[in-house]
Amino acid sequence: MPLAPGTSHTSDFAGRSWSEAWTEGRDTPGDCIPPSMVAPPSPPPPPPDPQFVLRGSRSAVHALHFCGGAQGQGHPLLLSGSLHGLVHIWSLQTRRVLATLDGHAGKCVTWLQTLPPGPQLLSQGRDLRVHVWDLAEGRNAIVDSVCLESVGFCRGSVLACGPQRWMLAMPGKGGDEVQILEMPSKTSVCSLKPEAEARPGMPMCLQLWQADSSPLPLLLAGYEDGSVALWDVSARKVCSRVACHEEPVMGLDFDSQKARGVSGSAEKALAVWSLDEQRALQVHGTHQLTNPGVADVRIRPDRRLLATAGWDHRIRVFHWRTMKPLAVLAFHSAAVHCLAFATDGLLAAGSGDQRISVWSLYPRM
Amino acid sequence: MKSRGMDPVLSTVRLTVREAVHTLSSSEDGGCIFSTLGSLKRYLGETENPALPEEQEEFARIHFSTFLRCLVGKLSPDWLELLPDGQLEELWASFFLEGPADQAFLVLMEAIEGAASPSFRLMKMARLLARFLSAGRMAAVMEGQCRQQTEPAFSLLQETLLSKVVGLPDHLGNRLQRENLAGFFPQNYFPLLGEELLQALQVVVESLRGGLDCSVSFLSQVLGKACVHGRQKELLGVLVPRLTALTQGSCLWQRVCWRLVERVPDRAMEAVLTGLVEAASGPEVLSWLLGNLVMKSKKAQFVMTQKLLFLQYRYTTPVLRSLLGYLAMDSQRRPLLIQALKELLETWGSSSAIRRAPLAQQHYISKAILVCLAHLGEAELQDCRDELLASLMAGVQSHLDSSLPAVRRLGMIVAEVASAQIHPEGPPLRFQYEEDELTRELLALATPQPAADSPSEAGPPVAPLTAETPNEEMVSSGGPQAQPEGSDSELDSDDEFVPYDMSGDTELRSSKAPVYVRDCMEALTTSENWERWEATLRALEGLIFRSPAATQEVSVELAKVLLHLEEKTGVAGFEGLRQRALVAVTVTDPVAEYLTTQFYALNYSLRQRMDILDVLTLAAQELSRPGRRQKPPQRGPPGPGPQPGSPATPAWRAVVEERIRSKTRRVSKGSAGQGPAADPNKFNSVAGYFFFPLIQLFDRPLVTFDLLGDDQLVLGRLVHTLGALMYLSVNTMVAVPMGKALLEFVWALRFHGDIYVRQGLLSAVSSVLLSVPAERLLADLPDELLEAQSWLADVAQKDPDEDCRTLAIKALLLLEKLRDKLLPPPPP
Repeated sequence: MPLAPGTSHTSDFAGRSWSEAWTEGRDTPGDCIPPSMVAPPSPPPPPPDPQFVLRGSRSAVHALHFCGGAQGQGHPLLLSGSLHGLVHIWSLQTRRVLATLDGHAGKCVTWLQTLPPGPQLLSQGRDLRVHVWDLAEGRNAIVDSVCLESVGFCRGSVLACGPQRWMLAMPGKGGDEVQILEMPSKTSVCSLKPEAEARPGMPMCLQLWQADSSPLPLLLAGYEDGSVALWDVSARKVCSRVACHEEPVMGLDFDSQKARGVSGSAEKALAVWSLDEQRALQVHGTHQLTNPGVADVRIRPDRRLLATAGWDHRIRVFHWRTMKPLAVLAFHSAAVHCLAFATDGLLAAGSGDQRISVWSLYPRM
Repeated sequence: MKSRGMDPVLSTVRLTVREAVHTLSSSEDGGCIFSTLGSLKRYLGETENPALPEEQEEFARIHFSTFLRCLVGKLSPDWLELLPDGQLEELWASFFLEGPADQAFLVLMEAIEGAASPSFRLMKMARLLARFLSAGRMAAVMEGQCRQQTEPAFSLLQETLLSKVVGLPDHLGNRLQRENLAGFFPQNYFPLLGEELLQALQVVVESLRGGLDCSVSFLSQVLGKACVHGRQKELLGVLVPRLTALTQGSCLWQRVCWRLVERVPDRAMEAVLTGLVEAASGPEVLSWLLGNLVMKSKKAQFVMTQKLLFLQYRYTTPVLRSLLGYLAMDSQRRPLLIQALKELLETWGSSSAIRRAPLAQQHYISKAILVCLAHLGEAELQDCRDELLASLMAGVQSHLDSSLPAVRRLGMIVAEVASAQIHPEGPPLRFQYEEDELTRELLALATPQPAADSPSEAGPPVAPLTAETPNEEMVSSGGPQAQPEGSDSELDSDDEFVPYDMSGDTELRSSKAPVYVRDCMEALTTSENWERWEATLRALEGLIFRSPAATQEVSVELAKVLLHLEEKTGVAGFEGLRQRALVAVTVTDPVAEYLTTQFYALNYSLRQRMDILDVLTLAAQELSRPGRRQKPPQRGPPGPGPQPGSPATPAWRAVVEERIRSKTRRVSKGSAGQGPAADPNKFNSVAGYFFFPLIQLFDRPLVTFDLLGDDQLVLGRLVHTLGALMYLSVNTMVAVPMGKALLEFVWALRFHGDIYVRQGLLSAVSSVLLSVPAERLLADLPDELLEAQSWLADVAQKDPDEDCRTLAIKALLLLEKLRDKLLPPPPP
């Protein structure tokens, strides 16, 4: 497989510190902030406490998802998936469990996602099933399910294509494929298989998205060898692939407006990469962390904050545009597995210590 | 030459002059005087009907000076008023300005010397001299001397002229005092003299082109004398840039210039050469100006290869570069460079030079070595390789032995560079030293300068400026990566995101540290679990402070463990952790006795011994810090030291009080609030344990440890530690005996050869003066003080090391202050 144009840049950055790479990146005069303006004059405030903590999932939390005021209530819900196969639905008003869904035969729930049109929930479990739940009017019933063919840790991704149609990407068979399904008809659209000589390993994380300019669906996939690839789903080919990490990519998130994304891996660094007009990925720089292991990365919907879930029990918050570290939240006592942002900016983090912490950081103006 | 008396032409001249002199001396009629002077003007030429050339020459040779003296004699306000509008004065002055310059100049100077001061005549003559200078007549004076063939009769005249030309500012300054004119200030006169010298040289070059013989020796003498007078900057500052430009393109100019420097008298050669080397902008320039001077003149060779390299060290690196570059530029001069390198290395490596020469000089010599090496090729070095290597190796050894870090580092840098050059096929030598401004400068010297640089430096400074501008533009326009970021700039509103405190973001450790001090000892000695070992080390300091009682039970054992602890796993900051833990132990339960005995025990490395010293100092500092929260438990005090009220305030009470304080809102905040409570110096009761065992045994060498012999580095540390302990025991009971012992110790070692040791001794004296109460000092130690004072005065004057001198002066000032304090206050 020919190397994408962006790959040559990776080696340029490999030996350089993040700060160097970063200052180069933000060299435009208007964008340059004198350090004196950024640095607080007084000692920094102590790290904040969580707004509240949800206890009671009785096992490690592996999936989180915020769901807007469904079921006619004004208050949003938080869905969490646990190691023991249960999905809890929390009310953020009463901060208690409203319902518990048990559909994954005691196997870990790795991914939760509500579907835009109605109160329908997708849940992916390590029992190799993706269930579609109907939650409308207090129902908790599985209306459909899809069988997975890969037993990995890869979470799926959905993209709405029409009022009642959506596209689902999930790990496919053979260890290195990504399967694209049309839902709710469950017809397999295609299967994205990397070229034989590329050998990227298993897909580790997926994100489907659409550029504003064209309706063609694109897929970003992080692979086991530390590379991130951009697939053109309709053409079934890789547009660009760039090696971001030495270790498997554990999580990625993409800001389509700025055409910039971030990925975390098992190593001690975050990689920030961007996409140019020719759909070529380029690594912008890496940001060193104190401890290795990033389980999840999330950009807040207003694209101002970036949060990472660390194996070192800590949540790190960065300013997304400048990548300036803003906070290190050391609340959990076990690895943080998953993060979710609500549309209003609330951040939830689920951890191996069976707790879900909910944070309100830098509320939106 | 014709016989003078027989010649009718000449007698005419004599008659006319005699008549004119007569008229001048007797007549009061302005018109008559005017016409008489006008008639004599014919002899200067430059009128409508000039006199015959023979007549002009005769007038200039014999009568001109006499006539000028007569003119000077007539000068008075009345006489000048004889004709209106200053016509007479103008005519009078024109004789001085247009006649033969050398005679006019001498008469002017003579008149100024002779005139009463202050007077009308003096000011008139001074103004006339100023006009003489500004009219460029000085060039004429010097030109005249270049044309003269060297006849013995002239040498006296030249001598006089020379001293007047160079000494003009001094003479005028003396005569005119406060009335002196700006043009005669040395800073104005010598640049002018430089210009005039160039004019004269120009004439010389022109006449050489025309095939006429000329001599520059008078110019050389002027140059030499002015430089000897210390006016290199003013004179050469004008001369060298112009000569650089002129010699660059012309061989004739180069030859004239070489001749000019060559003819400088030997006694002035050094002054001229140092001035030239400093003023020249590079080796090429020096080469154009000097040619192969060093081969022709012994004196010049001595100055360039010995004086500037070994005896003086004030010159900047560029000067050194151009000096050595000059030696390297010509194949005839290169042997001198090799010779210089050999001698430099020899001096560099001599251990007595390292001990006695000031640091600045050692630095200078190292720089010279590096520049030499950069110029010499491998083949040239090959010939004298063994010799160079021998002195290099000796030098490295003596440098590394030094107790001053700066000297050690010089040794490392020079050794690295020199060994790579002299012995390129061998394995490269690598030392570990910290990079700083100085090392970078030295290492930069080792790389040869591209030859293309220098001509552009020699030229006008415009050229390098234009060369740099595109570079700057390139930098400011930013890299290609700036583009994607630019689109974000409209979203600047979230810059007020204030980061939270992130100091807690440390590396996560999986294994747990022990909770009890006893467990720590076990973990440190036996643990094979390195993570636990490291965690223990990290936790130890906090544990010790939290549980003083438990620590006391095992303190000596724990100190032993820590002292023997070796770094096995590359833990970051291992030294600091171990040291802090040891300090914590020593503070909690002073194990100073143990540590001080171990300092003189067998089987320790120098590193461990120095660690002991550091720990003792730090612990003493901690103990003597006023307002320490936890009180260190007292061991049996040697004297009736004041005991703190309650020997062990329970920790819970402190916690409760803290809690109450934080929860209570005080309506009024009086002075009872925060200020550090006064409490006795905790160091008081234990200072003796820290101090005396250390000072007792220094002169008893062990098999492995000889403080007065090779281990002078440790001795230096010991002296510094003793000084620090003395300083920290201010306001304690033992300060007086400590001071006495320390002064005796200082006295025994006062002529120690090592600079670091001497520095320690001097600061120890200062701390004695600071810590021992003044009354006790005078009462108990008067003799020691007197001895110390004379020693200090001696050091302040004669010590080669600058820091030593400063320290001695500080100590002397302290003594002075002490005396002032004890003097009875003056009666009102």
